[in-house]
Amino acid sequence: MSDKPEKHGRLSVFKTYKLYVGGKFPRSESGRVYEVTASSAADAAGKGDWLANAPLASRKDARDAVVAARKAFGGWSGATAYNRGQVLYRVAEMLEGRREQYVREVAQAEGLSRARAADQVDAAIDRWVWYAGWTDKIAQVVGGGNPVAGPFFNLSSPEPTGVVAVLAPQESSFLGLVSVLAPVIATGNTAVVIASERSPLPALSLGEVLATSDVPGGVVNILSGRTAEIAAPLAAHRDVNAIDLAGADEALAKELEIAAADNLKRVLRPQPVDDWTAMPGIERMTAFLETKTVWHPTGALGASGSSY
Amino acid sequence: MAPVFEYAPAPESRAVVDIAPSYGLFIDGEFTEAADGKVFKTLSPATEEVLSEVAEATEADVDRAVAAARRAFEKWSALPGSERAKYLFRIARIIQERSRELAVLETLDNGKPIRETRDADLPLVAAHFFYYAGWADKLDHAGFGRRTTEGHSGANPRPLGVAGQVIPWNFPLLMLAWKIAPALATGNTVVLKPAETTPLSALFFADICRQAGLPKGVVNILTGDGRAGAALVAHPDVDKVAFTGSTAVGKQIARTVAGTDKKLTLELGGKGANIVFDDAPVDQAVEGIVTGIFFNQGQVCCAGSRLLVQESIHDELLDSLKRRLATLRLGDPLDKNTDIGAINSAEQLARITALAEQGEAEGAVRWSPACELPSDGYWFAPTLFTGVTQAHTIARDEIFGPVLSVLTFRTPDEAVAKANNTPYGLSAGIWTEKGSRILAVANKLRAGVIWSNTFNKFDPTSPFGGYKESGFGREGGRHGLEAYLDV
Repeated sequence: MSDKPEKHGRLSVFKTYKLYVGGKFPRSESGRVYEVTASSAADAAGKGDWLANAPLASRKDARDAVVAARKAFGGWSGATAYNRGQVLYRVAEMLEGRREQYVREVAQAEGLSRARAADQVDAAIDRWVWYAGWTDKIAQVVGGGNPVAGPFFNLSSPEPTGVVAVLAPQESSFLGLVSVLAPVIATGNTAVVIASERSPLPALSLGEVLATSDVPGGVVNILSGRTAEIAAPLAAHRDVNAIDLAGADEALAKELEIAAADNLKRVLRPQPVDDWTAMPGIERMTAFLETKTVWHPTGALGASGSSY
Repeated sequence: MAPVFEYAPAPESRAVVDIAPSYGLFIDGEFTEAADGKVFKTLSPATEEVLSEVAEATEADVDRAVAAARRAFEKWSALPGSERAKYLFRIARIIQERSRELAVLETLDNGKPIRETRDADLPLVAAHFFYYAGWADKLDHAGFGRRTTEGHSGANPRPLGVAGQVIPWNFPLLMLAWKIAPALATGNTVVLKPAETTPLSALFFADICRQAGLPKGVVNILTGDGRAGAALVAHPDVDKVAFTGSTAVGKQIARTVAGTDKKLTLELGGKGANIVFDDAPVDQAVEGIVTGIFFNQGQVCCAGSRLLVQESIHDELLDSLKRRLATLRLGDPLDKNTDIGAINSAEQLARITALAEQGEAEGAVRWSPACELPSDGYWFAPTLFTGVTQAHTIARDEIFGPVLSVLTFRTPDEAVAKANNTPYGLSAGIWTEKGSRILAVANKLRAGVIWSNTFNKFDPTSPFGGYKESGFGREGGRHGLEAYLDV
């Protein structure tokens, strides 16, 4: 961080911010970094003050992240909903313990007062709790039996779409990020997240919490860098099933939606969000859920013992 | 094998349907000519007889139809749901009353057997309208909240506006029902383009709208080719696009609507796996395999076009299947004993023929029962390929015809891996007596509709639609409302 030498002369230890891919913390394979500076109204650091050199992720980093996310999908989507709920709750627990760190990072990243940054962090922690509770309820809300006109038991159940690329919101670097990430993984998808381009540090720090919260490696992969550069290969990637364009501007969103059509990714277009602290609905979960409907015969048992 | 019985012809009478020599576009409650006066012919694929001439819509006609739908939207969406419901109930009842006429019409224009139009298509069409009619005044209870900036009020979800809908030729009236019923129930107005080769049942539906007293402009029907469809989905005043058809066209539509506010649902191709385990009841499985790939001449997006059979019962199952195929009756679609009708068009027949030839050229073993094809019309004998591997084109590409590719597996894991080894994800079948195996395999299949110990069952209450490149969104059931609501 940009802490100056304190009066007593001790020099603080800077953190090297790294990507979070497959449960590990690599630098960009490209060896590139970019300078991240504090936002204008920051009370902890003045405008333009250096905060860190964040990894400038490459197209190759994006592809590596997809491989990690795909590898993690079977285990995470196959975990019980109860288990996923406990893991998401654990994320909230870990964040609570490191609350002060995130308040500082969000204040610097977004140019907020300490009090307003704290509101953002508190809302983000509470959001993990909210989605932790959803993991074993969403199937009952959006799935169920269908009363077909015939001797069949017919059941529709939601299933995760697969690997979801998430362009985190550009302005709300932490609450916005959590608000788009948590619903994706709550239902069993795995995610490749592109952090806010200007303010990636809270997102990169979130990786440290996820790594110690029983979230299996690869379930969440966090990249920092130029949104447009990283998003393009993800939108075109044949092994990505869906993309959330929250962090894309109008022109980029259109370009990415066109690329996403090549393998018919599910696309969540950017929608204006005035206030990320407002209660979300369930649409960020249902946007990345498939509906599977299974028919089973229930006809009367015949002499053969078969019911069909 | 010599046939055990000879059948006398048992044709359904054509007298029940009166096809006019020409039809216009149905816009704003009136039949009108296309802007440039162009027409095209629609044929009976079983005989190549010209059934009628229909107008060929241009971009100017799309403009007119969308404008009519827009004008109608304000009043239609403001009607109490209970009133919209009654219109839809009327439509459902009129379809039931006219179902024999419509079944014969559909068989003439499409080429599918009367047994299917009479016993499957038409009952499902009426049921679909009846089902969604009941939703029109219950949308507050469907669990979709209205979108607001502060989150969700949880009540009073709103329609989207004008829906542009493009449907295929394999189930012309049923696909119309799947599109129009939920759209109208939720308060949208529609412009629908039926497929170029099967325009007639949609035009008869326009007459049903007239009989039901549906306000003008609520339903508009544009006949024409792909250019009319492309103009419709690209129209700036269309709020919702729904398409059923090929994956290639679906991708093009997804690109067209990119960057707009149009809501999109796509129901596209498939390469469904029908998995038969060694403990499956062979006779029932054979019936399911036949239903899976020969229903509607295999021109079904959710067809079970890949048979995955456990290696140990391969020979026994194939013997039974071949015996059964030898009893299928191919011929006059209007004959009540016909099992296999005509292929819908010369173009589709050419595609099926080319893919089957490629299957042979790549080394798979081709088999068809002894089967005499009529001299006129478009026909393809039921065909099996054995010795198919996952690399074969006929195991990967959607053929959309009466052609079954047979592959084998040894373990359930291998069956699942092979079933999922496709960019599609629409349907699958599982045949086994073991309940826990059904559930375990069904869990692992990446497909939107799974039939266990049955195949090709449909119901208006049952959501239908695909994973992966088979499209997105669901039609049918409560799920089907979402595609037409601003949620």
